[in-house]
Amino acid sequence: MVELKDYQGGETAWCPGCGNFMLLRAVEEALAGLGLEPHEVLLVSGIGQSSKLPHYMKCNTFNSLHGRTLSPATGARLANHELTVIAIAGDGDCYGEGGNHFLHTIRRNVNVTVVVHNNQVYGLTKGQASPTSEPGFVTKVQPGGVFESAFNPLGVAIALDAGFVARGFVGEKAHLVDLIQRAVRHKGFALVDVLQNCPSFNKLNTFKWYKDRVYRLDDKDYDPADRMAAFQKAQEWGDRIPLGLIYNHTNRPAMEEQEPVIAQTPLVKQPIDRSGFNKLLEEFY
Amino acid sequence: MGRPLISSHARMGENMALDFKIKLGGAAGQGMQSVCHILSHVFARGGYRVFSVQDYQSRIRGGHNTSTIRIRDGYVTAMTEGVDILIALNKETIDIHAGEVPRGGAIIYDGEKISLDDSPQKNIPDLVSIPLERLAREKGGDKKYVNSVAAGAALGLMRYDFQPLAEMLKEMFGKKTSDADANVRAARAGYDSALKNFHEQFDRDLAPLDANRRMLISGNEALALGALAAGCKFMSAYPMTPSTGIMTYLAGKSREWGLIVEQAEDEIAAINMAVGAAYAGVRALTATSGGGFCLMVEGLGLAGMTETPIVIVEAQRPGPSTGLPTRTEQSDLEFVLHAAHGEFPRAVLAPGTAEEAFYIMGRAFNLAEKYQTPVIVMSDQHLADSCWTIDDLDVNKITIDRGQLLTEKDLAKQDGYRRHAFTASGVSPRALPGTPGALVVTDSDEHDEEGHLTEDLGIRTRMVQKRMKKLEGLSSEIAPPRIFCGDKKVKTLLIGWGSTYGAMREAVDTMNSNGGSAAMMHLSEIWPFPSAHVTGAMEKAEECFVVENNATGQLARIIRTETGKTVTAKILKYDGLPFSPEYILKSLK
Repeated sequence: MVELKDYQGGETAWCPGCGNFMLLRAVEEALAGLGLEPHEVLLVSGIGQSSKLPHYMKCNTFNSLHGRTLSPATGARLANHELTVIAIAGDGDCYGEGGNHFLHTIRRNVNVTVVVHNNQVYGLTKGQASPTSEPGFVTKVQPGGVFESAFNPLGVAIALDAGFVARGFVGEKAHLVDLIQRAVRHKGFALVDVLQNCPSFNKLNTFKWYKDRVYRLDDKDYDPADRMAAFQKAQEWGDRIPLGLIYNHTNRPAMEEQEPVIAQTPLVKQPIDRSGFNKLLEEFY
Repeated sequence: MGRPLISSHARMGENMALDFKIKLGGAAGQGMQSVCHILSHVFARGGYRVFSVQDYQSRIRGGHNTSTIRIRDGYVTAMTEGVDILIALNKETIDIHAGEVPRGGAIIYDGEKISLDDSPQKNIPDLVSIPLERLAREKGGDKKYVNSVAAGAALGLMRYDFQPLAEMLKEMFGKKTSDADANVRAARAGYDSALKNFHEQFDRDLAPLDANRRMLISGNEALALGALAAGCKFMSAYPMTPSTGIMTYLAGKSREWGLIVEQAEDEIAAINMAVGAAYAGVRALTATSGGGFCLMVEGLGLAGMTETPIVIVEAQRPGPSTGLPTRTEQSDLEFVLHAAHGEFPRAVLAPGTAEEAFYIMGRAFNLAEKYQTPVIVMSDQHLADSCWTIDDLDVNKITIDRGQLLTEKDLAKQDGYRRHAFTASGVSPRALPGTPGALVVTDSDEHDEEGHLTEDLGIRTRMVQKRMKKLEGLSSEIAPPRIFCGDKKVKTLLIGWGSTYGAMREAVDTMNSNGGSAAMMHLSEIWPFPSAHVTGAMEKAEECFVVENNATGQLARIIRTETGKTVTAKILKYDGLPFSPEYILKSLK
């Protein structure tokens, strides 16, 4: 029986009051709740305050480069699809530096869940705008306010027909745990964009700011299978911000399922067999 | 009209080694590479040794491309100057290359389609006008068979056996019987026409040898086969000339051979996917050219820091930037040696021939896994696209050494697992994620023995020492450079690396057979640098010359740095074309 403490690791280096604490706890609870052993789980992270998360847990960890999170996660998953692979990234990490990988990992539909800490600001480099910062957001580097439009991760993911597109909030932990678990169970790429506060550098989008605006989508009234409705829902931002499973395309085959080489056995468990090698050479005569 | 410095002329029956060259020229899309492939195979099956090179432009249609085949009954691994039969599929080929054909040679062209009235080449001798297009239409039913007519004409001119060509065409186009038959009829028409009308004028018979058929393989194919022989199971890459052929070959074999080939969205993703796959435990490869390698540099450092074994093929082309996309150069050596910030061990290998390319892939994967660090195999367009005949490739000569890899049983015997444990050799035994008894933790940040991020500067210092310690083990395994004709003191030593092997070796042969005293030192394992061997060989020579396809003599600088020795002079070439033995000999004068 897997317990929460099996996943709990070392001392953290985050600021007091950081939304990351709740997110860490949610990931731990989600994994323990799924009954996965820590050695069956691989967390791949990038660089940023968010990406330190795996170090504060106990499981396989590949803390990669800024923005590249999804690439080693894809490689590891293709090499061993018995591993539950979860990518841990930040908004700058996944949507800025790693934007291209975000697009193409969705297209591949590899069975990886990405949990994006979205606090609409850069934490590790101390307070610059992120791709999801609100227009007008003032920082030391954007003293006149951000003029770029904000990146809409949910809208982009739905446009690319990602199979599982969800938004959580660190202030609603049980809901977040449920979303992460459903994302992990989803066969294919799953995005969980998590709204969180940054008490040190984002004085605009505070915990209270999010708390006053978020609402949970009602399963009875909202059908996440309706792509056009989901796309509309993904545009909703401001006074009211929806939480939950925004878009769900369940029958899209995952990359691993389309790769005949690993239909039976994970790649890493297939022995190196060179017995047919000389047959390859015949073509060259 | 320019004449070749060294006549490639050799008549059968004379007591001289056979040396025969056929050049095909035309616009992109006219299929020179397929004809070259077919004719090369015909001679390789006839027991000859063949070497072919491709000179093409970065375009799909038009422009001017050539393929050249050199046929010998002895060792061949370089292209010399001069052509015996020039097959001109367009006028431009004659305008540019007629001067390479000596008297007694032949230029096959379509006199009904090509007028030479305004050609800059005057008084062209030995023209063989064959109505290529008309025969293609009449006998094949479509002008697209013009290539086969030309291939047949070349063989007819030499009175070579027609049957092997018919067999090759059937194999190549066998999927559609009607197409195969049309090709054979077209080829036969060209063959008969040349034999009937021009054979006496040409008078250069060639017959299949009484020897075993040989395999014909390109550098890219050899690298790909080497990867398969080494047990590579994962390749992620972004297409880039001249490396793409490796990915193409492996993708074609992926299902039957059980490997995954993924076309990444960019080279950054390509190397990072390979790193992820290698971390998870499979032998992983990526391949690119210099421009793509620029994007991979960050991932290279990641592999170094996380001690993840990956193999990267860097197939060079002339730079900087986009440079000459389809031509050759050796200008990335220093870049590859120093790529990425920070310090970590790496191995850099540079095969000189297709055969060596095959075996070196086995070395690359073993070194990468044994020392848990990236290994880079340097290729270039000349190596990648040229074809060699090889007697055999022996998969059993590639051993598989996966280094220290812990199983579940091993882990059960030890108390916990630390991915980056300090050891005497600097190599920490590797466990794979998913194995009970181990949590495999690693980080691009400096980390402790467990793999967790640390800012303990004492640990940092020991981790740097641990990683760099692996360089000692790597150094002890690097093969000494190959010395050719250098067992005694010599006057002239040529020093090179990578694809210049063939041209250097033939230049040395020519010097020695003309009473000179020359040797070659070829480095196919460049880093860690085999300083002692290089010093020893240089001390036995009166004069040392580097031969490099670059503008500044990068190997010469490395020799200076690593051994303190300076070369007498640098023989350099950076026009995008490979060296010929003649070019080296001229430069030495």
